[in-house]
Amino acid sequence: MELLLDSLFNGVAIGSVLLVAALGLAIVFGLMGVINLAHGELMMLGAYTTYVTQLIFKLPILKPFYNSYIIVSIFLAFIVSGVVGILLEKTIIRKLYGSPLETLLATWGVSLILQQFVRSVPLAYGTGLVISLLIGLFLPTTFPSKIKESINFKYFKFSSWVFAALTGVLTGSLISSSVSKLSRASARNVDVTAPSWMRGQVEIIGTAFPKTRLMIIVITLISVIAITLFLNQSAWGMRIRAVTQNRQMSDCLGISTEKVDIITFGIGSGLAGVAGVAVSLLGSVGPNVGGNYIVGCFMVVVLGGVGNLLGTVLASFGIGIMTDLIGAGRLLSIWPDMPLPLSNTINFFATTSMARVMIFALIVIFLQFKPTGLFPQKGRMVEN
Amino acid sequence: MSLSKIKFDKKIVLSFWIILIALIIAAPTILPVFRLNLLGRYLSLSIVALGVDLIWGYTGLLSLGQGIFFALGGYCAAMYLQITSSSEFPNNIPEFFALYGVEKLPFFWEPFRSPVFTFFAIWIIPALVAGLIGFLVFRNRIKGVYFSILTQASLLVFFNFFNGQQKLINGTNGLKTDVTQLFGQMVGSESMQRIFFWITAILVIAAWFFAKWVVKGRFGNILIGIRDDEPRVRFTGYNPVIFKTIIFSIAGGLAGISGALYTVQSGIVSPQFMTVPFSIEMVIWVAVGGRATLLGAILGAVFINYAKSLVSEALPASWMFIQGGLFILVVTALPEGVLGWIQGDGPRNLLQRFGLKRKIETYPSLEVNNKEGNNE
Repeated sequence: MELLLDSLFNGVAIGSVLLVAALGLAIVFGLMGVINLAHGELMMLGAYTTYVTQLIFKLPILKPFYNSYIIVSIFLAFIVSGVVGILLEKTIIRKLYGSPLETLLATWGVSLILQQFVRSVPLAYGTGLVISLLIGLFLPTTFPSKIKESINFKYFKFSSWVFAALTGVLTGSLISSSVSKLSRASARNVDVTAPSWMRGQVEIIGTAFPKTRLMIIVITLISVIAITLFLNQSAWGMRIRAVTQNRQMSDCLGISTEKVDIITFGIGSGLAGVAGVAVSLLGSVGPNVGGNYIVGCFMVVVLGGVGNLLGTVLASFGIGIMTDLIGAGRLLSIWPDMPLPLSNTINFFATTSMARVMIFALIVIFLQFKPTGLFPQKGRMVEN
Repeated sequence: MSLSKIKFDKKIVLSFWIILIALIIAAPTILPVFRLNLLGRYLSLSIVALGVDLIWGYTGLLSLGQGIFFALGGYCAAMYLQITSSSEFPNNIPEFFALYGVEKLPFFWEPFRSPVFTFFAIWIIPALVAGLIGFLVFRNRIKGVYFSILTQASLLVFFNFFNGQQKLINGTNGLKTDVTQLFGQMVGSESMQRIFFWITAILVIAAWFFAKWVVKGRFGNILIGIRDDEPRVRFTGYNPVIFKTIIFSIAGGLAGISGALYTVQSGIVSPQFMTVPFSIEMVIWVAVGGRATLLGAILGAVFINYAKSLVSEALPASWMFIQGGLFILVVTALPEGVLGWIQGDGPRNLLQRFGLKRKIETYPSLEVNNKEGNNE
């Protein structure tokens, strides 16, 4: 019983990391048909945001609130990755709708640039750049409609970008002068330390659970519930679903598909940032941190079926539990006296990397029987 | 009218080939050993690029897992070299086995004692693996991005397997080939490298002609048909699965040959050949050179790698930016690649943009008529 609970918890913990990472991808890929290979790097940006937030909260002014930095960083990471995602959509991906393979290559290029960016630009100035992007993109939308409709709007827009650039430079240099760790570029991995209330373990029914893992499960749970509510209850959620089902018809009915694309991509990228916070709690943060998750995320999306959140949830927990069962060789401890050849095989796969081999092989076999995943989209199209 | 359709004078073609062959023969004496070795490596990479061009440029299958077949070919060659030069080590097995306490040669090493077997294994094993993976995927009509994702996942499967198995194939460390012997000579020696360069150059030309032959005629037309409208090909009565599987295993075989040549010239084969970035890089060589222009794949592979080594020597940090920029640029601004752009109307359109009028191709007297009809 204890063993089973332990195994289940581990599986759910692995699965929830996968789920929170794959959630944004499932939305972007499922709803827009865009393959975003830079998703892992958006996660990395979220993880670095956590790191920067942590250091800023160590400043004397914010020191009393240090324990709550992780909560703040979740929102900040959502915003940072979301803004970068929106910029990506506005500049590159918009031109490539309808040609997923080209998007794949372009986003891979973006991911290379982002990786090198965090290596060779000091994080303080990176923060400044993100802040100026944020202001530049969103300040014009807050103007009253009288200004928006005037002919001189482009000058207002331009001046808001100038203001944004100035603010960005100022905050960048302010941060770099006050936090010395952020003022130099470095390719080394950094570590996020969890606040004191998140360290240690909790005991439930005689089994000890690490608190960080529980925190990740909570983050995942909240993200899934929030995104489900957003898609099913809000007006924009309805528009997004409408565009997913029939883009041209929605366009005819007056839904701004352009806005829907931006919002969908922004939310998907923002969720990657939230996943980045979760990932930063698990190990050290480096430029390559996202690359470790990206293929697993794609497998979750493919296995779950495109455009279906329930499928994504089931697939990630399924993969998580299977990874734990195979990787830790738990089948052996559940059934100790199994025949020798079988136990040898299980021992052969009882490492993290070999468990991955086994899981991917199982997924490929599964796709032989259900090529479109657990919950396929219904339709009678020749091409789907 | 595209450049490829212009009929060149026979003398020009002949002199082009004579110059090319003279350059290949003379290269080892002109270039220093280091540069020659690099050139040889890049030429061998151009063979895998030819394979990518066949499956992506002609058939529309974007494989992100060509590294599997590349590394398999490399491993076949390295296993043969290791095993033939292992006579002075304990138990007559390659040296690294002693580190892990292995005393008996794993069974799948045995056939690699034979040079004939190895010669065929280098391209048949990757082709068979490619055929199997391809068949399993194509059978279910998995295509487009799903195909790309699945090939990438298989790449990770192979990477994790080769990376984790120290006792079978030396895991992360890979197999070294430069200190092994072939026909009584060190593989890493200068004279051997010169021979490998010539072999590579000949094989690149052979692979080019082979690829040209593959895409010629009906088979090539079906491939292009699959790329442009697969359901229509199926409704016309062809089975796309067979054609896709065949072309995918051809590309796999080419990747295997390329991997073997690359291995003997770089001196080591390791699971690093199966990392995700390397396999995507292969795609960008083809994309920059020009999709569905076989020559573009070769030129793209050689020039981009050459640029990479030059830039990395001068400014190590900037290559990632340049490479990332190349990906974005080639997709958004130059979708046909450089060679495709030249063969199309690219240069003339560019000149026109700068105000230089292009010459009208029709006779002045016919200009009043329907222009398009006459141009055909």
